[in-house]
Amino acid sequence: MSQPTAADAATGQAPGYSRREFIKRVIASGAAVSAAAYLYGGLTGCGRKGRAAGGVERLISLNVNGQVRRVDVLPNETLAMTLRYKLGLTGTKLGCDRGECGACTVVIDDVAYNSCSTLTHTVRTRKVLTIEGLAGPNGELHPVQKAFVEELSPQCGFCTPGQCMSAVALLKHNPKPTRDEARVAMSGNLCRCGAYDNYLNGVMRAAAEGGAA
Amino acid sequence: MNNFKHIGKDFIPHDVVAKVTGTAKYAEDFRADGMVFCRLLTSPMPHARVKNIDAAAALKMEGVLGMLTADDIPAGPPGFAPSLAKEPMYVGEPILAVAALSEQAAEDAIAAIKIDYEPLPFTHDPLESLFPGGKDARGDGFNIGTLAGLPPGKIKWAAADFARVKQGEQLPMGKPAEEWNFGDVEAEFKKCKVVYEEPFVTASLAHHSMEPRSAMAYWQNGKCFVHASLQSQSFALPPLAQMLGLKPEEVVLIAEYCGGGFGSKGSAYPCMVIPAYMSKKIGKPVMMRISRAEEYYLGSARNAFQGNIKVGFDASGKLLAADVYVVQDSGAHISFWDYRAFGDALALVYQPNAMRWRGLPVFTNAPTRTAQRGPGQNQLACIMEPLVDRAARELKLDRVAIRQKNNPVNGSAGSPGPDGKRTVVPSAYLRDALDKGKAKFNWAERMKRSGQKNGPRVTGIGVGQAFHPSGFAGFDGLLCLKPDGKLYIHTGVGNLGTFSHSGTSRIAAEVLKIEWDNCVIERGDSRKNLPWNIGQFGSNTSYTMTRTNYVAAQDMLVKLKEIAAQDLGGKPDDYDVDGSKVFAKSGKSMTYADAAKRAIALGGKFDGHELPKDINPMTQASATALAGTGLIGVAKDNLPWTGQPSAFAACFIEIELDTETGMHRIVDLVSVADCGTVIHPMGLATQIKGGAVQGIGMATLERLVFDPQNGLPANVGLHQQKPPSYLDLPTEMFTDAVDKPDPSNPVGAKGIGEPLMGASASALLCAISDAMGGHVFNRTPVLPDMIVNHFAGRPQPRKPLSINTQ
Repeated sequence: MSQPTAADAATGQAPGYSRREFIKRVIASGAAVSAAAYLYGGLTGCGRKGRAAGGVERLISLNVNGQVRRVDVLPNETLAMTLRYKLGLTGTKLGCDRGECGACTVVIDDVAYNSCSTLTHTVRTRKVLTIEGLAGPNGELHPVQKAFVEELSPQCGFCTPGQCMSAVALLKHNPKPTRDEARVAMSGNLCRCGAYDNYLNGVMRAAAEGGAA
Repeated sequence: MNNFKHIGKDFIPHDVVAKVTGTAKYAEDFRADGMVFCRLLTSPMPHARVKNIDAAAALKMEGVLGMLTADDIPAGPPGFAPSLAKEPMYVGEPILAVAALSEQAAEDAIAAIKIDYEPLPFTHDPLESLFPGGKDARGDGFNIGTLAGLPPGKIKWAAADFARVKQGEQLPMGKPAEEWNFGDVEAEFKKCKVVYEEPFVTASLAHHSMEPRSAMAYWQNGKCFVHASLQSQSFALPPLAQMLGLKPEEVVLIAEYCGGGFGSKGSAYPCMVIPAYMSKKIGKPVMMRISRAEEYYLGSARNAFQGNIKVGFDASGKLLAADVYVVQDSGAHISFWDYRAFGDALALVYQPNAMRWRGLPVFTNAPTRTAQRGPGQNQLACIMEPLVDRAARELKLDRVAIRQKNNPVNGSAGSPGPDGKRTVVPSAYLRDALDKGKAKFNWAERMKRSGQKNGPRVTGIGVGQAFHPSGFAGFDGLLCLKPDGKLYIHTGVGNLGTFSHSGTSRIAAEVLKIEWDNCVIERGDSRKNLPWNIGQFGSNTSYTMTRTNYVAAQDMLVKLKEIAAQDLGGKPDDYDVDGSKVFAKSGKSMTYADAAKRAIALGGKFDGHELPKDINPMTQASATALAGTGLIGVAKDNLPWTGQPSAFAACFIEIELDTETGMHRIVDLVSVADCGTVIHPMGLATQIKGGAVQGIGMATLERLVFDPQNGLPANVGLHQQKPPSYLDLPTEMFTDAVDKPDPSNPVGAKGIGEPLMGASASALLCAISDAMGGHVFNRTPVLPDMIVNHFAGRPQPRKPLSINTQ
């Protein structure tokens, strides 16, 4: 698949082939296999099907985890819903859907964002990194993931993907944070199990082991 | 068992990698072909009768597939929360559900439904409901009731009960629903050097599970598949099936991961069957996503209390007498028995010579409440511990010493049971926990800083302790050793996030001396042939599940030796096991893989074709399904029961309290668990810290508030409810464990989770009290404005018994 240009993304047109052909291709190639099951329920499961307030879906390109994904997106659709319900990336969790808990944190151009409060259309020209994109091609864990395993950071695990992504964003900007700096950087991620101390241990371990990788 | 191979050693639980990679699947992460969505219409009123539902126009809207109302779901027992209500009893109670191709279409349809409500009287104050002629929360004539042992009923106090006391400042204390006593309470009070009698309030707080209780369901081959957010697996299946009008074997329950429950997802709950019923009605898989705001309606909260506590100490600090009365604000429907646990915990933790407990759970128009980590015990810690400090201060005693003077020991008695006999505890090492914490916290040095001023900031030092019963018996263990040489440990416990599904499974590996890499844990899906196990709640897993896995492993061990003796000669007793082999001193040996093959060839009891008669039908069915696939170890836990296993915890906290803002900063926190033998050190440490974090929320941050005029909830968001964040904690937290075995458990284990919260909550309250020169609020949470008012000499805006207030 050729890399779409910013202009393609802006017009919502797939480069080089029609929308119908594109959908056929991605399904055939399995690229959208996790979302394919969802197609039976209608592509608009998380929004209204092409009607007034919600507006109409437009096919756009998203750069997610280093891959260009083509996806139909409503004007009012949040990135969390696009990831979870159209791209099959359910590792990004919805804890509150209003920017309070951080469970949906993803990294966009190296900055942590609440994907529940980010409109998908606003990230068309940007690089989105989700929990699924952290591990290496052969499944080798990212230093933050490895440190979270070694420090037994998660308890129930629901906030963990968000904690991972906040830690990744932190270490990109501040590879050797103090524990207090890490605490402040992570403070947008709630954990009701109260595993904060273990997450901080994980962040500090990842930093010590070159976690900005 | 000495020289443990697995017990007390760290390991990487199999599910932690899934949690850090996002592959762990929670209920909302599942998809099914043709899946559609449903949304709930919830009550805008605190109490109303639905007179008419006009959904004609809504059901004709594009994409709308169907509607479910209370008429579609069989009603549960009287007093219990329905899945869908005809008479909603709190704001947010679901009335109907609409399914559509998209959530938006479902929401649009809901907006087009016209409901004719008849508003009914409502109350958010139990004392109002107890007043003669006072408003009741329910229209069915019941104003009291609780989960077990107290069916719905009605109690009104006499006007004279109220006339005797100062309104809002003293508890009237009319007729209780339940009471017990032991010793001569009046005589003991007369012997006391100091006696305190205080009204108190503990606020309700939400569970705030990070995963809202979304659920997805569909029907296939005559079975109902339910993906749900549950703390428990096997234990939740029969009640779920019952709610669906099905047999347990007709339901497939998938609950491999649960995004937090803290008591609120202990067993099947009413709203989880809505997608299943909807799916049956419209013939499509249905996903019901629950929003964060809805989670405050459906997700439960801790029971709140209004109470009166009277305690008396002699000059040595011994608690001689206690007299408590607890009125429980139970929410709208049948709830948990926190009010009982409050009295039970006092009787055990402080060992008074004489005590009377009276309690009364009253319905109010708040969302359904249920057990929350340390239900009742932790409220007791929050109220009692500051009073112990008050006595220590007045009697000039060390605050740790006064606690240890009253602490229970092995064999100590707790509260009287229904037969009047007082329960005993097999082990109680709370004194040791206090000693360990004292040393680690450097108590004597820190106490020198107590009350020290630095500008507007004052140092406060606090110690707190708490308890929870911690185990059950009588459940089943099921293991299968297969010809691939691997031990398949089938566990029907849930996945609360404690990793104890694995920690307790390691007991089977320990008995059979098999490497952990050769063990596979089967769990999280009722199709995986799981045994009958209790739910993952009540700090019981470590105790209960080590017993079941121990007895199943013992059964397998006996069979391994029998097979070896049959094949290799000699008597079974000549054989031992290790390293996946059964061997004799003579040198003859057989691998576990070969033993598994022999078991299949031998059949009968060896491969599960003959099973013990006393195991639960669920275990029977699971073992039967496994029959012929390997060597089966299966048994019911018939080990002796010598008393109520009990977990304890102690916590030490230093704070800086800002007297101008009322804010505090936790400088240091040390928490110590008495949980018997430590099974999984890292898992234990994170439980200790997590419990401490929740206690901080309970003590100083969280509470539910209702508008008394309109009955509306004032805080249905995380920012309004304020569960603790990274910034509410010290930079680092410290833990320890007593690590002395409980004699009633084969590996010495007992439960862990709940007292850790009460210990930190009470330690923090005691630290605040210490920084305030010993002032005790007799209320949770203690909020900054209360502290500022106190230092400014202003009256508090709340009366001592005001409840559900800002």
